[in-house]
Amino acid sequence: MTATDTTPAALRTEAEPARPIQTRSERPTSFDPADFGAPTGREVNWKLSDVRRLAPLFVDEETEAGDEPGIAYDVDGIAERGLLVESTGHDAAPRGEIFRPEDVVSAIAWKRCPNALHIRLPEGQEVAEPIVARLHGLGADRHANAHIVIEAQPGSIGTVVLHHSGSARYAQNVEILVRAGARLTVISVQDWDDDAVHASAHQAVVADGGYLKHMVVSFGGDVVRVNPSVRLAGHRAEGELYGLSFADAGQHLESQVYLFHEGVETRGDVLYKGALQGTGARSVWIGDVLIGSGATGTDSYEKNQNLVLSDGTRADSIPNLEIETGDIAGAGHASATGRFDDEQLFYLQSRGIEEEEARRLVVIGFLMEIVQKIGVAEIEERLAEAIDEELRRGAGLAPATRAGA
Amino acid sequence: MSVLDIKDLRVSIETEQGKKEILRGVDLSISSDEIHAVMGPNGSGKSTLAYTIAGHPRYTVDGGSITLDGEDVLAMSVDERARAGLFLAMQYPVEIPGVTVSNFLRTAKTAVSGEAPRVREWIGDVRKAMESLRMDSSFGERNVNEGFSGGEKKRHEILQMELLRPRFAVLDETDSGLDVDALRIVSEGVNRIKAETGLGVLLITHYTRILRYIKPDHVHVFVNGRIAEQGGHELADRLEEEGYDRYLKAGV
Repeated sequence: MTATDTTPAALRTEAEPARPIQTRSERPTSFDPADFGAPTGREVNWKLSDVRRLAPLFVDEETEAGDEPGIAYDVDGIAERGLLVESTGHDAAPRGEIFRPEDVVSAIAWKRCPNALHIRLPEGQEVAEPIVARLHGLGADRHANAHIVIEAQPGSIGTVVLHHSGSARYAQNVEILVRAGARLTVISVQDWDDDAVHASAHQAVVADGGYLKHMVVSFGGDVVRVNPSVRLAGHRAEGELYGLSFADAGQHLESQVYLFHEGVETRGDVLYKGALQGTGARSVWIGDVLIGSGATGTDSYEKNQNLVLSDGTRADSIPNLEIETGDIAGAGHASATGRFDDEQLFYLQSRGIEEEEARRLVVIGFLMEIVQKIGVAEIEERLAEAIDEELRRGAGLAPATRAGA
Repeated sequence: MSVLDIKDLRVSIETEQGKKEILRGVDLSISSDEIHAVMGPNGSGKSTLAYTIAGHPRYTVDGGSITLDGEDVLAMSVDERARAGLFLAMQYPVEIPGVTVSNFLRTAKTAVSGEAPRVREWIGDVRKAMESLRMDSSFGERNVNEGFSGGEKKRHEILQMELLRPRFAVLDETDSGLDVDALRIVSEGVNRIKAETGLGVLLITHYTRILRYIKPDHVHVFVNGRIAEQGGHELADRLEEEGYDRYLKAGV
């Protein structure tokens, strides 16, 4: 059942009339939700999404007016440390400096969030302790919209964590500004309850000599779509985009990743890993890398790997690479989806390790490559715990019988 | 003293062309502190014997028995066999991404002995075993078999054997892909472990080269899924001279 597909998205329009291939950077944008309309599920950025379950986020309604907010923002710690900027309205810079909604959910989130949360790392400062914003959903029936700005001023260093828990219908934009020479890590953790619906558009720009490590960690929620888009604009800008997902029965976890090499001698690395288990577990990964015409000396690699733990799951994995200049250092992409390797289990069991423990070792080992890149102890621990929980839940399930079954 | 007893073992595998018989009635009895060499041409069923003892699911036992001190090995799961004291040093050890050697060794030791080893003692044991196999101490931080050279993989197998202390070990073509130095180090390891623990060894090999370092008490020649001839060390010398042609021509 697995679709492991390497066809460029632009060519995957069998039912539609022929039209010129559209480069990823030319995707339409608008701040007005009406310009998009509700997705039908045929659009290139929605065709693998669960449009039905995401539908509550297509409603352009008043969301922050009442006494019952959808999300409680625990950012007191950030404010106390002087890293929070008050009241960033629609026209208050740097909100909207680079952010351009690319779909209806994002346009609604923009429109319906009057005051953006703005986290700022001061110029030249290293903020050693991770900056953790706790976003807790207050009810599965509550619709919330947010715009969040994370700005690393020139030469600053730090880590910002957005930790999502509880439940809500939550549309979110995250605008990430990495100024010259700054080194920023942004980690978005989707630790939602089982009934949360979450769609998030992250857009980032990295200036000269800047570095962004961006991580998407999704294991909770009903439908979770976190789409990061990173533009390496400056000379020698670097972007590392990592993702980890663990989808269990009925869960839809999605990331459409876009990395745009625009500056000279930029370096990009994209690695997303997913595990799937249980009937209806679904993951979608679309990875677009564009090496622009001026991006000489680019070094870029993207990869997606999925591990299927039981029957009845589906992983879609589509890597796309567009190169507009011949003068690059390197570019590659890869995608692989497979089941548990019986030989790995046999090897571990032949050393006395029981089957369940052997499976746990293999899954944790598979995901460890990403876990090790997090570098925030609290999250690494929570994640290890969550993976164990998932595996315990799946302990009764028969292992996948064939690749991508 | 322990005995690993194989009687009239018949084994097949499923292929696309249907069932294929590989072992056609093998009898073999190994006691503690003995070294048995099983030699034979490619495709004679040597590795099938090794994997059947370890319990690999690909092989179907159609008849016969394997017992360890009277206990029915064939009724045991793969991990139970290991905990009962059987060990297979594999010809092609498997990569386990993201699992470090030290984590793997500790997990295996805990499983085999039923309790976690004492930390300080364990670290000392691992370091000592690695030193005697000329393995760098950084080895423990690498992922199991990932990016290992052929020689490193085989040393890692022997390292596990040393730390897990099995009663019987099957060495499946442990000599393949080793240069002379590595072959000597690995062989020394096997001899040392046998001297210390009274390990019984079933040494599976195509070539006689390793028998210069590990002296077998008994040599069995495997042809077409059966033992075609048995003898002492002198049989190995004869094979060195004559090869396997004589058995193949005889159409055994």
